[in-house]
Amino acid sequence: MDAILLSPLDNVAVVVRRLPAGSRVKLEEGEVMLDRDLGLGHKIARRAIASGEKIVKYGVAIGSATCAIAPGQHVHLHNMQSDYLPTYTLETERIFREAATS
Amino acid sequence: MIRVRGDAFLRADGRKGIRNTLAVIYLVECGHHVAREIQLPFRESGVHLLGFGGCYPNEYSFQMLSALATHPNVGGVLLVSLGCEGFNRAGLLEAVRRSGRPAELLVIQECGGTRATIAEGRTRVERMLRSLEAVPRATLALHELVVGTICGGSDGTSGITANPAIGLAFDRLVTAGATCIFEETGELIGCERILASRAATPAVGVQLVSSVEKAARYYATLGHGSFAPGNADGGLTTQEEKSMGAFSKSGSAPIAGLLKPGDVPQSGGLYLLDVVPDGEVRFGFPNVNDTAEIVELIACGSHVTLFSTGRGSVVGSAISPVIKVCANPETFRNLAGDMDIDAGRILEGRGTLPEVGDEIVALVEQVAAGMPTVSEALGHQEFVLGYKSFEPVGPACHPASA
Repeated sequence: MDAILLSPLDNVAVVVRRLPAGSRVKLEEGEVMLDRDLGLGHKIARRAIASGEKIVKYGVAIGSATCAIAPGQHVHLHNMQSDYLPTYTLETERIFREAATS
Repeated sequence: MIRVRGDAFLRADGRKGIRNTLAVIYLVECGHHVAREIQLPFRESGVHLLGFGGCYPNEYSFQMLSALATHPNVGGVLLVSLGCEGFNRAGLLEAVRRSGRPAELLVIQECGGTRATIAEGRTRVERMLRSLEAVPRATLALHELVVGTICGGSDGTSGITANPAIGLAFDRLVTAGATCIFEETGELIGCERILASRAATPAVGVQLVSSVEKAARYYATLGHGSFAPGNADGGLTTQEEKSMGAFSKSGSAPIAGLLKPGDVPQSGGLYLLDVVPDGEVRFGFPNVNDTAEIVELIACGSHVTLFSTGRGSVVGSAISPVIKVCANPETFRNLAGDMDIDAGRILEGRGTLPEVGDEIVALVEQVAAGMPTVSEALGHQEFVLGYKSFEPVGPACHPASA
């Protein structure tokens, strides 16, 4: 088992072991190949997700897609955002600092 | 009745402790060094260091230290004051003495300075430790326990292993009549509707939802939620995703009421602790780190705290033991020496959620019976207390006193 589905309502599955790029993961809509390394606990799209569509995990919305997401793609900061608060990471902090000093 | 131990520490107010700690408490940062030096030789003899760093008085920090100094795990208190700070030391001394505990006060400016106060403090600690040995003992039942829970260093595994396992443990503890407390209303943002549906009464439901709305406003003003960079590295993308995982720690029992820091529930059941200050945004972040939340759970009477971690926190706490439930199997292998329970094994097919839930309840009973947790054995005694301001909760949220 590579990924688990937490609720039948979900459009993402959770990776339950470290998977290198090129790994093949079985989804209901067929097998997909990962285009990047994925760590434990990360999410992949269970099916195609349109830009603006809610990302559903645990059966509830956890944010919205910021672009179209293909089945099997990593779902994270680069293609979804919170409907409440911006997410702080050391990467956003670095970009902010660079913008402030340039 | 499920008997946990026959020799719990019976306090004059009738509450029962699972540890018999002597608390050395500094009342301003200026007394911190002296208090730490007093405590140092007794660090492994059940003497813990806590305190408040601010010089200006604050009702919240006074209530917090009063609640902590009269916690059932605390048998006696030595206060260390510099002398000119704003903290109401006479009020705290009186509150502890009224609880039937030995309490003493040293004022550095009246004691002849650093060396003399340290020497006098150590003499008093030795004397108080001897008096703590005479504390009466009593049988402690599972329904008399107060158990808190917190998650820290969460990742994408927290919400599918350790948190729901703690939720199952909470369900079992609540069924046995125990008091269980979950917290961090800022980590319930996005869960308002589900939260309201779990309220024991409509009035409690209104209070729960408004506490989360308050947290959302507070965090929006600060421009930063309860989300650390490690959360994203571990696969969590948004606040509401983290919230759903965090919420599963509460299990499935009805939520009996809302607490503010220092409120001690008067009857068993499941409670939400509102950690976000009332009123306009003052004094900065609601909780500066995990320890601030653990300390607030303890101020509400928690004998034991269940700490769920994915990325791998190593903290323990002063006063009440912390049980580390590790959500991520990779983290468990990396930090095995810091963890009590390997909940991440569920992901590797080496256990089920109900098995881990049962293991947590069994460990709570063992720790309550006196067995040290991993962080306790490592000497972790973290403590932090800052400024906040709260309005008391309404009577609707205290079912026992309504």
